[in-house]
Amino acid sequence: MAEPANEPLRRTPLYDLHVAHGGKMVPFAGYEMPVQFEGVKAEHLWTREHAGLFDVSHMGPSFLFLKDGLGEADGHAKISALIEQLVPSNIAGLKPGQGRLSVLLNDDGGILDDLIITRMPGEGLDGMLYIVVNGAVKAQDWALMEDKLGGEAMLQRADDRMLVALQGPKAEAALLAHFPEAADLKFMRCAYIQRDGERYMVSRSGYTGEDGFELLLPNNEKGMAIVEALLADERVKPIGLGARDSLRLEAGLCLYGHDMDPTRDPIEADLGWVIQKSRRERADFPGAERILKAFAEGPAEKRVGIQPLERAPAREGTEIHVDGAPVGMVTSGGFGPSVERPIAMGYVRTDLAVPGTKIDLMVRGKARPAEVCDLPFVQPNYKR
Amino acid sequence: MSTYFTEDHEWIAVEGDVGTVGITKYAAEQLGDVVFVEVPEAGASFGKGDDMAVVESVKAASDVYAPIAGEVTEGNGDLADAPETVNEDPEGKGWFCKLKLSDKGELDGLMDADAYKTYCEGL
Repeated sequence: MAEPANEPLRRTPLYDLHVAHGGKMVPFAGYEMPVQFEGVKAEHLWTREHAGLFDVSHMGPSFLFLKDGLGEADGHAKISALIEQLVPSNIAGLKPGQGRLSVLLNDDGGILDDLIITRMPGEGLDGMLYIVVNGAVKAQDWALMEDKLGGEAMLQRADDRMLVALQGPKAEAALLAHFPEAADLKFMRCAYIQRDGERYMVSRSGYTGEDGFELLLPNNEKGMAIVEALLADERVKPIGLGARDSLRLEAGLCLYGHDMDPTRDPIEADLGWVIQKSRRERADFPGAERILKAFAEGPAEKRVGIQPLERAPAREGTEIHVDGAPVGMVTSGGFGPSVERPIAMGYVRTDLAVPGTKIDLMVRGKARPAEVCDLPFVQPNYKR
Repeated sequence: MSTYFTEDHEWIAVEGDVGTVGITKYAAEQLGDVVFVEVPEAGASFGKGDDMAVVESVKAASDVYAPIAGEVTEGNGDLADAPETVNEDPEGKGWFCKLKLSDKGELDGLMDADAYKTYCEGL
């Protein structure tokens, strides 16, 4: 993602903590963020085996709620009807505390962002959604929501708070000392916790393929005390953006601005599963015509997993050839520390989007053999 | 044998008119875990500063430049199967290639070990 050159970089509330832990800070999505601490590979492997703490405060947590009728019996139906004007997922069908990955669409059905939309649990909160969007496009996303929905709904940004992800097989044990309420949460379920005058959101989600949690914490000494206590736990280490990227790539998860963008619709991006049947039948989302046509007839190109057959990694932007002719492009690629080999994903012509199809990756002008493969590269450990 | 260093963190150890080239310990540490190295094959010729090799870590690919002009007499084939050698022994077994030097005079523009150490301390 290109960095806006003329805007000063922002810092998250955890900046000083990163520096104290030896974080190497780089510009990312308008913020100074740690790309690594002890090293990408070590941090990646630690997260898969123990637990990693990621600062994702640069992202866009927010709350969208009804101006009129919050807490009423039909509150959730009303707020869902609003947000469903912008996303193709079934939000009305969410249970209290349940979240769902979706995509924000432009009028052509192109993907403006991916986001997680959660129905707030708890008394009196029907009519409020917890929505987390990507950091690099949060201003755009929120402006769109306010523009389209602002008559009936209020958007409250929460990106002045701390947002951290605790990921890995030891995440649950490390978290429960601080949030026993999270013990029974299943994947994509969220708890809203009020304690000592502070509000906390704890959701069982993440972007590494591991079990784990995302925590929205107050930007004060109470929030900081939780982060510091988690980092003091011997099972937990701070993890930078480098390992976050290799973890999500192994898990086959899309990175916005790379594996999807406004030129791609959800079917091409192989995210058709975010469009539930009820929404396909109603065909009432932006770009429904294009998207449903792609769904019925198949898109021209499709996102696939790519397995290089030699040791050379193929990075984003690498051309994909078959018989010397271009047939697609790598959109994310690197080395997977857990699978111990190079891995990638990208778009190819749909007739080639079949696992086992032989392709060439044009790495520095040289054709390197590869195969289209299934995603993910590492099976997820979500707690269903 | 004399060893020279570049501002881009290559080293070249010269014996007679042949130099062995690699990346420095400082560069290897900055890169992190090396997962792939592409070294040039014997017979390839490079001018000073040309892209000569590629070293890839988990997060990115980096070019390695020819410290001076020359023709490759040998690439380090061992790195294909053991790229981690570049982290373990960057200024020894992790060498990239041997160059037959075109113009030994170009060595005058490079740093010696002391000057390179001072240079790194200033980064």
